[in-house]
Amino acid sequence: MTQSVVVQVGQCGNQVGCRFWDLALREHAAVNKKGIYDEALSSFFRNVDTRSAGDGPGIYKGKICSLKARALLIDMEEGVVNEILQGPLRDVFDSKQLITDVSGSGNNWAVGHKVYGCQYQENIVEKLRKTAEHCDCLQCFFVIHSMGGGTGSGLGTFVLNLLEDEFPEVYRFVTAVYPSGEDDVITSPYNSVLAMKELNEHADCVLPIENESLFDIVNKIHQMMNSGKLGSTVKPNSLVTSSAGITKAVQEKPFDAMNNIVANLLLNLTSSARFEGSLNMDLNEISMNLVPFPRLHYLVSSLTPLYTLADVNVPSRRLDQMFSDAFSRDHQLIQADPKHSLYLACALLVRGNVQVSDLRRNIERLKPSLHFVSWNQEGWKTGLCSVPPVGHSHSLLALANNTCVKPTFMELRDRFMRLYKKKAHLHHYLQVDGMEQSCFSEAVLSLSDLIEEYNELDATKGGPRADPSRLKIAV
Amino acid sequence: MSLVTVQLGQCGNQIGREVFNAICSDVHGTHGLCSKKENESYHDACKERFFIEAESGVPVARAVLVDMEPKVISQTLSIAAKSGYWKYDDHSHFCQKQGSGNNWANGYTVHGPRHKEAIMNLVQKEAEKCDRLGGFFTIMSMAGGTGSGLGAFVTQCLRDAFPSSFILNHVIWPYGTGEVIVQNYNSVLTLSHLYQSSDALLVHENDVIHKICAQLMHMKQISFKDVNQVIAHQLGSVFQPTYTAEDGIHYSRNPLGDLMETLVPHPEFKMLGLRNIPQMPENSLAYSTFSWPGLIKHLRQMLIANAKMEEGIDWQVQPPRPGSSVPSSHSTNKLLHFNTSIANLVILRGKDTHSADLGSFRDPSLYTSWLNPQDAFSAWKTPRAFNKYEKSASLVSNSQFLLKPLDNVVRKAWNMFASKAYVHQYTKYGIEEEDFLDSFTALEQVISSYTIL
Repeated sequence: MTQSVVVQVGQCGNQVGCRFWDLALREHAAVNKKGIYDEALSSFFRNVDTRSAGDGPGIYKGKICSLKARALLIDMEEGVVNEILQGPLRDVFDSKQLITDVSGSGNNWAVGHKVYGCQYQENIVEKLRKTAEHCDCLQCFFVIHSMGGGTGSGLGTFVLNLLEDEFPEVYRFVTAVYPSGEDDVITSPYNSVLAMKELNEHADCVLPIENESLFDIVNKIHQMMNSGKLGSTVKPNSLVTSSAGITKAVQEKPFDAMNNIVANLLLNLTSSARFEGSLNMDLNEISMNLVPFPRLHYLVSSLTPLYTLADVNVPSRRLDQMFSDAFSRDHQLIQADPKHSLYLACALLVRGNVQVSDLRRNIERLKPSLHFVSWNQEGWKTGLCSVPPVGHSHSLLALANNTCVKPTFMELRDRFMRLYKKKAHLHHYLQVDGMEQSCFSEAVLSLSDLIEEYNELDATKGGPRADPSRLKIAV
Repeated sequence: MSLVTVQLGQCGNQIGREVFNAICSDVHGTHGLCSKKENESYHDACKERFFIEAESGVPVARAVLVDMEPKVISQTLSIAAKSGYWKYDDHSHFCQKQGSGNNWANGYTVHGPRHKEAIMNLVQKEAEKCDRLGGFFTIMSMAGGTGSGLGAFVTQCLRDAFPSSFILNHVIWPYGTGEVIVQNYNSVLTLSHLYQSSDALLVHENDVIHKICAQLMHMKQISFKDVNQVIAHQLGSVFQPTYTAEDGIHYSRNPLGDLMETLVPHPEFKMLGLRNIPQMPENSLAYSTFSWPGLIKHLRQMLIANAKMEEGIDWQVQPPRPGSSVPSSHSTNKLLHFNTSIANLVILRGKDTHSADLGSFRDPSLYTSWLNPQDAFSAWKTPRAFNKYEKSASLVSNSQFLLKPLDNVVRKAWNMFASKAYVHQYTKYGIEEEDFLDSFTALEQVISSYTIL
């Protein structure tokens, strides 16, 4: 069994990360009735005896004493991290896993990346090493940050670089929250494009998320709940947006519902690595199957169902609906429509009481309406995990390497160019030591190259598909 | 003689345990439909072949379990032990933590050499426990990373360490519409490498077994367990004890050797297909009766028309008439999809097998001209019924059965290779483009050879 470490950077990263740990605990509590520290738990948690002095060596078997998250919390201002440490999750984090400062990055990628990066490099590396040492077999780093700000975007991508240098063999999965068009941070396009270059070059897989999509999903659920359809009561803890809290005394913060969706994404992504199933799908398989060319590693994700109705019997029609929803525009976690763009690869990870025949039937059913690239006409990666998420009998995570990310990137470039042409706010960046104009031009070039790669693939869509001629053998 | 089974990867281990389950439940079921003495001989022969008697009285399977991550093996071990009828040796397994990531190159060039010693030690131990080693039976899928890549490496090691032993690879072909996106690459690399070290490849296709589950067994929701149980039943129908000689007094003791001798006359032709009839849901068994002429007729037509199961057989296809040995009959054959055989083996189990007439299988027009028809066809029988089926007939065939599936896999892999997609994932671990080309070439050769039969 392998372990994964979560590195949460900046306000967004830490708030999402916090929701992740909350829901992870809930999921394992539901599965692990006996309170034994098992392999599944060890993938994200250490079992520590806090009574012993010092670090508390990890306990590998036996009862759970105290669970510590395999995480690194980084923020250049203290507010968010302090709130976590005072909240219900305070015991899950080790004080030695935190790196904080006071003044923040001022929404400036350069400050986050160059100034704080330099300042905290040694500290970060040391803490990463420590966390890695506690792992028997470290497989993956999950980095969570937003793209639009200064810390998450700047320092987060700096950490990504460090991870590649210090731990080249360990996978780097980045969950990046992209700014929406009406973002209140004016310089978010700069920060995002500068960060994109880093993601292009140093991440193994990126799961882009857009707040707008999360917001739409949250609204959809609210509407469903409030419409109060007769006979359809939703199981409260089945909402993809719900928090774990047994005590709902603490009022849910505004972004909590949206962040829970992202947290659920990560849980589902790793479910087959942690729990058993008839067709396992590990994290290294995700990277292997979904990244046909090194730079095209942006995966559009969707989660279904968004909630479960309380009635127990699930006719297979509803099961099929789950599959259909996964491909619909309004279930994607970015503003994109994969159905009308070109698929390079697609992965379906099913959890719970779903069998291979259900999977096959739905693939057959949905395939005709999807466009796959000519060299990967039947490119499906499938996984079956027996353990469903809390509150559900089954669920589906769809990951698509699809050219529908192109519009998101093109818009980002447009917003960037609008500022850059006027050189607006540029001086804030250039006055940082180590920042030059070339950083900007290189970054936008990197983005343009990426867009161009997607363009070339799109050009092949629907074109004539003559198979390349085979090798001829002399008889 | 005893067989050592090597279960590789998730698929190999999941199927392996179903195979031992099927064998055990066949032996312990009371549906032998034969004399007590017969039953006992059968039981003894089966035990010698697959199990070791342990002090606890529970037979221990002669198997080595290999996987690069621990979940499946621990599940397999515990499910086996729970049955109470048999178990695996507690020490006969090897696993790692991280898996192979569906990467053939990772399985072959990284895990293979790294763990060669440990794995071969386990195999050696199992081999030494056999009074006489009858050969190796490996179970693997070709779509993933461990079964396929590490499996190919281990097969090579087996060949090097046991140069005169028989090696039969049981290979699972994935669903055509994808279980793994790089499955065609992994398949091409696996098959080309296995061809060099293995004696024969016995193939099961997931699509075919799935159809059997859906249409013949009437299953609504089909799980991998269901698929694996059908596969296990079919394998059991081949490898459970039989009499290979017409007047056999003792059960044959060298199943792999006999199989290779009858079916693989030429090293270029190693692809074996398997058909087993009848297949039906268990609760229908009591209400069905079959006759040997009926079963044999169906099986023969399944061979000729390349039918995957006993429903939907095309009865129009006939072997070429003896007079028309002109080259043009080639294209007519292709038109009618006639399946030319090199060699066939039919195995009959159950009531009145002595009365079953297999003359229609000896028809020379079924075969290529190289072998005498008498040599091209063999029959194994036993009056002992198998797995609750009053009569059961299996066909193991070295013919054009797998030509089209193989061609499909190579075509799709080549298509992807032309765009170089995913190749960087393999070169990362030392499998270069030349290695791919070598594999493609090897398989095009096999396809060509089978096509011009």
